Amino acid sequence: MTTKNFFKTPSSQTFLIIVLLLLIAPLFLSVFRINLLGKFIAYAILAIGIDLIWGYTGILSLGHGVFFGLGAYAMGMYLKMEAAHGKLPDFMSWSGLENLPTVWAPFSNPLSLALIVLVPALLAFIIGYLTFRNRIRGVYFSILSQALSLIFVVFFIGQQAYTGGTNGLTGFRTMFGMPLATDNTKYILYYAAIFLLVLVYLYCHFLVKHRLGKILVAIRDGENRVRFSGYDPAVYKIFVYVSSAVIAGIAGAIFVPQVGIISPAEMGIIPSIEMVIWVAIGGRGTLIGAVIGAILVNGLKSGISESFPEVWSYFLGLTFVIVVIFMPEGLVGLVKKYASKITCPIKKRKATEKASSVN
Amino acid sequence: MGTILEINNLIISFDGFRALNGVTTKVEKGEIRFFIGPNGAGKTTLLDAICGRIRPQQGSIIFDGDKNIMHYPEHKLVNIGIGRKFQVPSVFTSLSVYENMEVSVVNDRSIMASLFQPITKAQKEKIDDILDLVDLKDYCDKKAADLSHGQKQWLEIAMLLVQDLQLILLDEPVAGMGRKETIKTGELLKSIAHHCTVIVVEHDMEFVRDYASKVTVMHEGRILDEGSVSQVQNNPKVIDVYLGRGGGNCA
Repeated sequence: MTTKNFFKTPSSQTFLIIVLLLLIAPLFLSVFRINLLGKFIAYAILAIGIDLIWGYTGILSLGHGVFFGLGAYAMGMYLKMEAAHGKLPDFMSWSGLENLPTVWAPFSNPLSLALIVLVPALLAFIIGYLTFRNRIRGVYFSILSQALSLIFVVFFIGQQAYTGGTNGLTGFRTMFGMPLATDNTKYILYYAAIFLLVLVYLYCHFLVKHRLGKILVAIRDGENRVRFSGYDPAVYKIFVYVSSAVIAGIAGAIFVPQVGIISPAEMGIIPSIEMVIWVAIGGRGTLIGAVIGAILVNGLKSGISESFPEVWSYFLGLTFVIVVIFMPEGLVGLVKKYASKITCPIKKRKATEKASSVN
Repeated sequence: MGTILEINNLIISFDGFRALNGVTTKVEKGEIRFFIGPNGAGKTTLLDAICGRIRPQQGSIIFDGDKNIMHYPEHKLVNIGIGRKFQVPSVFTSLSVYENMEVSVVNDRSIMASLFQPITKAQKEKIDDILDLVDLKDYCDKKAADLSHGQKQWLEIAMLLVQDLQLILLDEPVAGMGRKETIKTGELLKSIAHHCTVIVVEHDMEFVRDYASKVTVMHEGRILDEGSVSQVQNNPKVIDVYLGRGGGNCA
């Protein structure tokens, strides 16, 4: 794929516009809003990963909060160790621990940040291997992924001394020595989030624009046909699941320093379902739809919750129902439909001109 | 010519019900072999066994002289030259006709190859030739979902043809087709049989009469008779269990 082709597709052009808008946003918005927008960008990264597995491959994972959470906790643990300055993190002493637990020991080293991607990758590989090899699919996989999310929430709440329990990890002070509370750091994190968004988008764009992308769609359309065409669908599904989990981990890691807290509430079933809804509203199987959906829905969420906190859940539910019934392809599908209505007559005319010139 | 497929005393049971009860037959290279029989005779089960979807309890299936294919995983069958078409047309509906073919034509089906090895020129030509053969060349950019029922069936057959197979298994390829489409499919089978053996499970007796080189009649998991169309048609047992009773809706 040459860079020339990348800018040709409408979805990539739209992505470019979004990135440009995000880049210049600090000129217009307060640092509070920028910080909020940075959080939405983290969600957008996550949504791209969900689109890859659900939109393209047709595997509905209702437990992506786990991978997001694992990436976030890895980052949180690192920040916590940095804040503790070689001492025991505060919540551990409250829970009566006297020595640093072994799982925490590596997090005094910045190299441990590799765990942001390694832990989600490993978990996704194990679960993917066990389920996809055994041809567990459809709703059975969705239920299983949801159970996974439940297990992790219960586990993280239960192990208060190790994970901070319901409160999660918070009270971070610095990141690589930079104080997190300053505007300067907030801008740096914001731009880092945009950078990661571009990176993840390019990676997924690279995957889906090659034959691999067609094979993923083929698995969604007819797994049996794929199998009898000589492919092992399980290999591709594991690959996509791991990719998507890693992306979720990255999203979690850029979420934590901006928001300042990670708790089990972020990896539960309800946030996991919300993530899927962002993609559904934006438009499945388009990548750009996931970005738009995540930013738009979360933007609306903070806007609406600020003024009418009690109506948000109803609003989200209603929007989801409307999208499912009236625009199954999401916002992007809606735009595409109208765009093709406008451009189609032109294309047709061109085609007939071409045909007549050949004759 | 030689034997391409040898099935010996195949037994398959589901929860005590014997779907196949000792099936033995040989398919020669270049044949268009039809398996017919009333519903529940075990025809589709036999196809499923050949292509590894069902593991038989007893017996053996030998492909191409020496390969016992009973323990092959489904996705490896294409590599040794066996392809299967399903009863319901199963093409990739969200992909274009050409993309359907692209996914099918490649030999290296690893993740790396699907990212870094584009389709070669020779493969492109092959796709073009075969799309020409099934009259789908003008539909290259069309989504497979927008094709007619018959065209979907042909696309699925084209996806098999592009893989250089030695044996193609077709499950009711003309079900739901009009007369014209059926004839076209039959002619297609004939031209395929020049370089490939074809096994067809079919209900449409007229289609069987017109295109079969040999027919195997199955009944209750056993082979009732095997031979040319006229031979099996005159067998009183066959007339009794199949042609006589079911003849009304099958002929």
